[in-house]
Amino acid sequence: MTAAIEVENLRCEFRVHTGLMSAEKRVVAVDDVTFKVPAGSVLGIVGESGCGKSTLARLILGLLKPTAGTVLVDGKRLFDLDRKARARLIQPVFQDPFASLNPRRRIKDIVALPLAAQGTFSRGEIERRVGGILERVGLSAAMGERMPSQLSGGQRQRAAIARALVLEPRIVICDEPTSALDVSVQAQILNLLADLRRDLGLTYLFISHNLAVVEHVASEVAVMYLGRFVERNETDALFRKPRHPYTQALLESVLTPEPGKGVPDIGLGDAMPDPSNIPPGCRFNPRCRIAVERCRHEAPMPMARPPRGMVECHLA
Amino acid sequence: MSALLDVEELQVTFNRTAAVRGASFRVERGETHCLVGESGCGKSVTALAVMSLLARGGQRSAKKMSFAGADLTSLSDREMARLRGNRMAMIFQEPMTSLNPAFTIGSQMAEVMTRHKGGSRGAALDRAAELMGRVGITAPGMRLGQFPHQLSGGLRQRVMIAMALMCDPELLIADEPTTALDVTVQAQILRLLANLKRELGLSILLITHDLGIVARVADHVSVMYAGEVVERAPTAELFRAPQHPYTRGLLSCVPVPGRVQRDRPLGSIPGVVPAIGPGFAGCAFRSRCAHADETCTRAIPRRRAGDAHDYLCRLEPDWAELQPA
Ligand SMILES: Nc1ncnc2c1ncn2[C@@H]1O[C@H](COP(=O)(O)OP(=O)(O)OP(=O)(O)O)[C@@H](O)[C@H]1O
Ligand SMILES: Nc1ncnc2c1ncn2[C@@H]1O[C@H](COP(=O)(O)OP(=O)(O)O)[C@@H](O)[C@H]1O
Ligand code: SF4
Ligand code: SF4
Ligand SMILES: [Mg+2]
Ligand SMILES: [Mg+2]
Repeated sequence: MTAAIEVENLRCEFRVHTGLMSAEKRVVAVDDVTFKVPAGSVLGIVGESGCGKSTLARLILGLLKPTAGTVLVDGKRLFDLDRKARARLIQPVFQDPFASLNPRRRIKDIVALPLAAQGTFSRGEIERRVGGILERVGLSAAMGERMPSQLSGGQRQRAAIARALVLEPRIVICDEPTSALDVSVQAQILNLLADLRRDLGLTYLFISHNLAVVEHVASEVAVMYLGRFVERNETDALFRKPRHPYTQALLESVLTPEPGKGVPDIGLGDAMPDPSNIPPGCRFNPRCRIAVERCRHEAPMPMARPPRGMVECHLA
Repeated sequence: MSALLDVEELQVTFNRTAAVRGASFRVERGETHCLVGESGCGKSVTALAVMSLLARGGQRSAKKMSFAGADLTSLSDREMARLRGNRMAMIFQEPMTSLNPAFTIGSQMAEVMTRHKGGSRGAALDRAAELMGRVGITAPGMRLGQFPHQLSGGLRQRVMIAMALMCDPELLIADEPTTALDVTVQAQILRLLANLKRELGLSILLITHDLGIVARVADHVSVMYAGEVVERAPTAELFRAPQHPYTRGLLSCVPVPGRVQRDRPLGSIPGVVPAIGPGFAGCAFRSRCAHADETCTRAIPRRRAGDAHDYLCRLEPDWAELQPA
C-alpha cells in the first residue's frame, strides 16, 4: 500500500542576514529527515520552538521547496500536481484561526472558497456541501452567516477545520491546531478531530509542543531536535520507554496536574539550540547530561528500536 | 498573622463593562497563591488592579485591598509608585513588553535599585550580577552589557525575575511568566521561582491558565471564571475534591500523559464563556453547567467546604468526597 506521506532525505536551508557587517548565515531548519505516514494513521511531531516543525509542515504541503530530498503525498510529487488537485489531496489547519480566516467574508463563504476555486461544482452543490461540513464541525447555519470577528476562538478553529475538509482531502496537516485555545475548547476541538478521522478515514500529521495532546491523538510520535528526528516510535512505546535523553527531558518537563510532586530538575542548562550553528558530533551534546567524549565528534546514526521505531543516540 | 495581600470584592470596569466582578482572595506570607482561569476571565486585570497599573478607563473599587497591613485603596499615586518594583514587583508573560530595547540589561537593572534604594550605580550593578547568577544565568558580566533582543526568551524571563528581585520584594506577582516558553524552559523557570520562594521567604501571586503548573507550584488556588473567584482551596484539596462544576469540568479537560485513553474522548465543557452585560445576576457559568436550574439565575451563596475551601454555587458540598484521604 502506498503511504499517505513519504519523505526521503528531506533538507531545507534558509540563508539569513544577521546584520550589516556580518556574513550571511545558513539556517538548517530541516536536516535530512526520512519517514512514512501510513494511510489512516496520525504522526505526532514534538520539539522545542524553532526545531523545524512548521518548516517540515510547509515542505509537505508544497508551500516551500526543499533544498534536497523528496516528498510524496499519496504516492505523488506535489510539484507535479496543479493547485486544484493538490487542494483535493492535502489541506492545512494552522494555529491561529483568526489570522488564517479572511476578516471581511462570511464564514460560509470562507468555507465555500476551496469548492468554488475548483470550478467544477454547481452553486447548489457548493451550498449543500458547505451546509453539511458546517454541521459536521458543530457550527449552526446561523454561525455560517457571521464574520470571523463575531466567533469565539474555538468556533473560528471549527470554521478553519470545515474549510480544510470541505474538499474531502485524505490528508490534513495540523500545525499547533489547539495551541491558541483554552483547555476546555482545546478538548472540544481534539474530540472533533478524532471523530472526523474515524468517520472519514483521514490521515493527520499533528504538530504540537504539548506532549499530552500528542499522546492523546497520535498513533506514532516523532521527536524533533535542531531539524532532525532524534527518536520516533509508536506512541505507547515512546511514552512508556523514551530512549533519547532529549525525549526523556521533554517528558519530564511536562507538568501533570499532580499536586505535591513539585517541579522536576530536567538538567538541560541554559545553552539554547541555534539552527544556524549546529554543534559537531551529536547535535544535542551541549545540553545532554549523559554525553561522553565520542558524542562531541561523532554524530549518531539512526538505529532501529522495537516495535517500529528509531533513535539517534550513541547510548540509547 | 494577617495575610500579606488581602483582596475582598474587587470590581474593575472598563466603560461600564465589568472585567472583574467581586473577586476575593488572600496571599499568605511565604506561600505561592495561584489565580487560574481561562483567557479573558480577569486574571491580568486583577493583578494590574492590585499594582494600580490599570489601563486608562479602568475603574477599580474594592471592599478591602491591603498589602502588609497598608490599605492600597487609600494610597496616593506617589506612595503606590514607591511600593511598586520595591516591596511588590511584577513580571509579565512577554518580557519584551517590560524591557526597554534601547538600554542594556545592566543599566535597566541598576536603575530599579538606584530609584528605590539610592546608592551608587556600581553597587547596583554588583547586585544585578549577583542576582543574575542566582537565577541561573551563566556569565552574568557579559549579559549585563547586552541588549534585550540579544537574549533568548528563557534568558529574558530570568532577567525579568532577577530585576524584580533587585529591591528584595515581599510579594512577586507573576502573570503567565512561562506561557510563551517551551516546556523545558518553563520547568526550569518554575523550579527557580519555587527555590527563590523557599530561600528568600518570598510570597508569590502566580497567574496561569495551566492546571499542571498550579498543581506543581501552588500552596493555595483561586479559580476565576468570568470575573469572579468561583472556588478557593488548598492545592491538594482542590485537585482531590473540586466542588464547583466549572473546576470539575476544567480538570476533566486536561490530558495527562501516561493516563491517556486514546480511544475515549477527553472531557470537555460545552459552549463558551458568555458576555456579561451590566445588570447580570446569578451564576455566570449557568449557560455551560449541567446542573443549572432556575435558582441559578438568583444570587448565589458562597459555600464552605473546609477551613480554607469555599466556592460559589447553589449546590451543597459533597462531604463524602471531601473526607481527608
Ligand atoms: N523563511 C525563513 N527564513 C529564514 N529562516 C527561517 C524561515 N522559516 C523558518 N526559519 C528558521 O528555521 C528554523 C525552524 O523554524 P520553524 O518555524 O520550522 O520552527 P517550529 O519548530 O515550527 O517552531 P515553533 O514551535 O516556534 O512553531 C527556525 O530557526 C526559524 O527561525
Ligand atoms: N484596557 C482594557 N480595556 C477594556 N477592556 C479590557 C482591558 N483590559 C482587559 N479588558 C477586558 O477585561 C476582561 C479580562 O481581561 P484579562 O484580565 O486580560 O483576562 P485574563 O484572565 O486572560 O488575564 C476581558 O474581557 C478583557 O477584554
Ligand atoms: S549521542 Fe551522546 S550527546 Fe547525543 S543524546 Fe546520545 S548520549 Fe547525549
Ligand atoms: S450555581 Fe447553578 S449554574 Fe452555577 S455552577 Fe452551581 S449549579 Fe451550575
Ligand atoms: Mg511552528
Ligand atoms: Mg492575561
